[in-house]
Amino acid sequence: MRLRVLRFLLRKEFLQIVRDRTLLGMLFIMPVIQLLVLANAVTFEVKSARMYIIDKDHSSMSRGVATRLAASGRFVPTESSPSMAEGDEAILDRRVDLIVVIPEGFEREIVRDHRAPLQLVFNAEDGAAAAVMQTYANAIVMNYAGELGAEVSPSVVTKLSVGDGGAPARGHPVMELRRRGWYNSELDYREYMVPGILVVLVTMIGTLLTAMNIVREKEAGTLDQLNVTPINRSTFIAAKLIPLWTFAMIDLSIGLVVARFVFHVPVLGSLVLVFFAATIYLVGALGIGLWISTVAETQQQAMFVTFSLLMVYLLMSGLFTPIRGMPVWAQWTTEINPIAHFVALMRAVLLKGARTRDVASHLAALAAISSVVLSIAIRQYHKRSA
Amino acid sequence: MTDHAVASSRAPLEVRGVSRRFEETVALSDVSFAVNAGELFGLVGPDGAGKTTLFRILTTLLVPDSGTATVLGLDVVRDLWAIRSRVGYMPGRFSLYPDLSVEENLSFFASVFGTSIDEGRAIIAPIYDQIEPFKDRRAGALSGGMKQKLALCCALVHCPEILFLDEPTTGVDAVSRREFWDLLGALKKSGLPILVSTAYMDEATRCDRVGLIQRGRILAVDAPAAIAARYPNPLIAVHANERHKLIQSLRDYQHAKSVYPFGDEVHYSDARAAKAMDDIVAELRTYLAGSGFTDLRVKPISAGVEDAFMELMGQPEATVRAAA
Repeated sequence: MRLRVLRFLLRKEFLQIVRDRTLLGMLFIMPVIQLLVLANAVTFEVKSARMYIIDKDHSSMSRGVATRLAASGRFVPTESSPSMAEGDEAILDRRVDLIVVIPEGFEREIVRDHRAPLQLVFNAEDGAAAAVMQTYANAIVMNYAGELGAEVSPSVVTKLSVGDGGAPARGHPVMELRRRGWYNSELDYREYMVPGILVVLVTMIGTLLTAMNIVREKEAGTLDQLNVTPINRSTFIAAKLIPLWTFAMIDLSIGLVVARFVFHVPVLGSLVLVFFAATIYLVGALGIGLWISTVAETQQQAMFVTFSLLMVYLLMSGLFTPIRGMPVWAQWTTEINPIAHFVALMRAVLLKGARTRDVASHLAALAAISSVVLSIAIRQYHKRSA
Repeated sequence: MTDHAVASSRAPLEVRGVSRRFEETVALSDVSFAVNAGELFGLVGPDGAGKTTLFRILTTLLVPDSGTATVLGLDVVRDLWAIRSRVGYMPGRFSLYPDLSVEENLSFFASVFGTSIDEGRAIIAPIYDQIEPFKDRRAGALSGGMKQKLALCCALVHCPEILFLDEPTTGVDAVSRREFWDLLGALKKSGLPILVSTAYMDEATRCDRVGLIQRGRILAVDAPAAIAARYPNPLIAVHANERHKLIQSLRDYQHAKSVYPFGDEVHYSDARAAKAMDDIVAELRTYLAGSGFTDLRVKPISAGVEDAFMELMGQPEATVRAAA
């Protein structure tokens, strides 16, 4: 009897969704557009940064540094002079984005000591762009140093000092070179962002539509009408969650196709694992929507609560900013942030080819969060409507 | 109904001392009444009197703070699931799916009760026949009267043993209202007990018995005629050229008990219950003519249910919708 009723409820839900053109647009067209727009816009990539060269060494190695930087396509040498003051002026006028200072005796020191200082001065007004330029420049310089090391000596280390653009620093904190990005060697931000944006999309679909859908029945008074029937709460909740879960999974599939064939995001890991994780994750995302529907009386309220909640979750998920850059207390909150776990898992599986045991901790966390969220939501739902 | 106790123990609906408050607002206060088998019972009162709260309690959507109520002998708090599958409920607001068609709505509500349109056909036929030509139309695109009929069909399709209709005619035009009450009359003949609420006083006369409710309290429960007969004072209908001024002048009259507009007339009741009607009419005519009214018609009338309600409620014009 219950399954029979569930079947009728499901038929009604699908009928309503299929009939709602706005909703269909939201479900199937918006995610693709958003993915295309966001993935291209949300990128920290830097191309053709203007470079000021101060070469005080005039050696083949010093010219090699400048040539390698220019050859990467990331940097374009636009000006050069032996004067630091003129370089400062160029960066203050925003004529250039960085200054490369190769000190006198650069080649000699490399040959003699297998190490030499090199100064990179960035305009850090746009911190993110400066960080990206720095990463690129580091990689290129280190690569070159490696080549030289292979020729000359195996232990060449190049040191860089990084200054602030407004007040160019000389001899400021010395920084060791960083490792190269292993699983995204080209540092293609789209590869990195697309899995994250996919998570955002299915979360929006799952949470927002669940909350709105149930609140709409509340607003229309149909919830009261349904409550004076033999439909029990579990059947009702199942009938609400199953269709939206299905559509969110379809969205994820569409998104993965776009990611693979439009953005050439590698799919190194198992798709079964991705969908399995998504299944668990969506139970939680839909559970949050269900909870919101119990506290909101109108669709506007539901939308407002959903956006406020998701905003916090998203910003603290490590999607836009690295989790390791957060204060310690914020790092702890990511442990109970389902988006953080799912974003990390998606990136690991898609870009690194992580296997089930590699992401077991994320899966466990997702399962725990989802079951807690869903049971709180169902309890709240029962309490609110008795 | 020879033995009241026996009759009420079999009553399809019994409310005993039900109270409910929402924070500081008292929505229902010690409400008691019963609906007998096969009875069309009207709950009549102004907006905000507590009618909808009472309906929500009786249909198990709300729990009373105190008191008990039984529907078909089942307790509204304890036996809610048994009640839910055996009653028909039509909420005050249109509560069907506007994006589903007439037929889809009906078949959906039939199916959740484990039945089908065909099985429920016998009981809904008189109503469904009228809307069947539009069965493929979206419910949201129906006229107000048609929506009510569809909602009634949806509340009836599973053959309930008692019907709850919360203000079914609010916001519906006068013709559709009359039709709707004709349908209820027909349903009543099948023996189905019906509890219906309304803020329209004129609809009270279509009920077997009515309960007058105001500010969460039941003021009177009786047959409409019996309630009308309770009216204690001489009642006079007055018509004159300027109605507003007329009401004012009548209120200023020294023997006035109550004065309220009624259609295009004004009903005046005199405080002197024992005085002969002819004398009152004559005095009133003199008084009004002296105040400069023309077109004057003054005639004694016998009180209707509406007059009795006005009297019982004590606050006529502010709270009650005038009869159409």
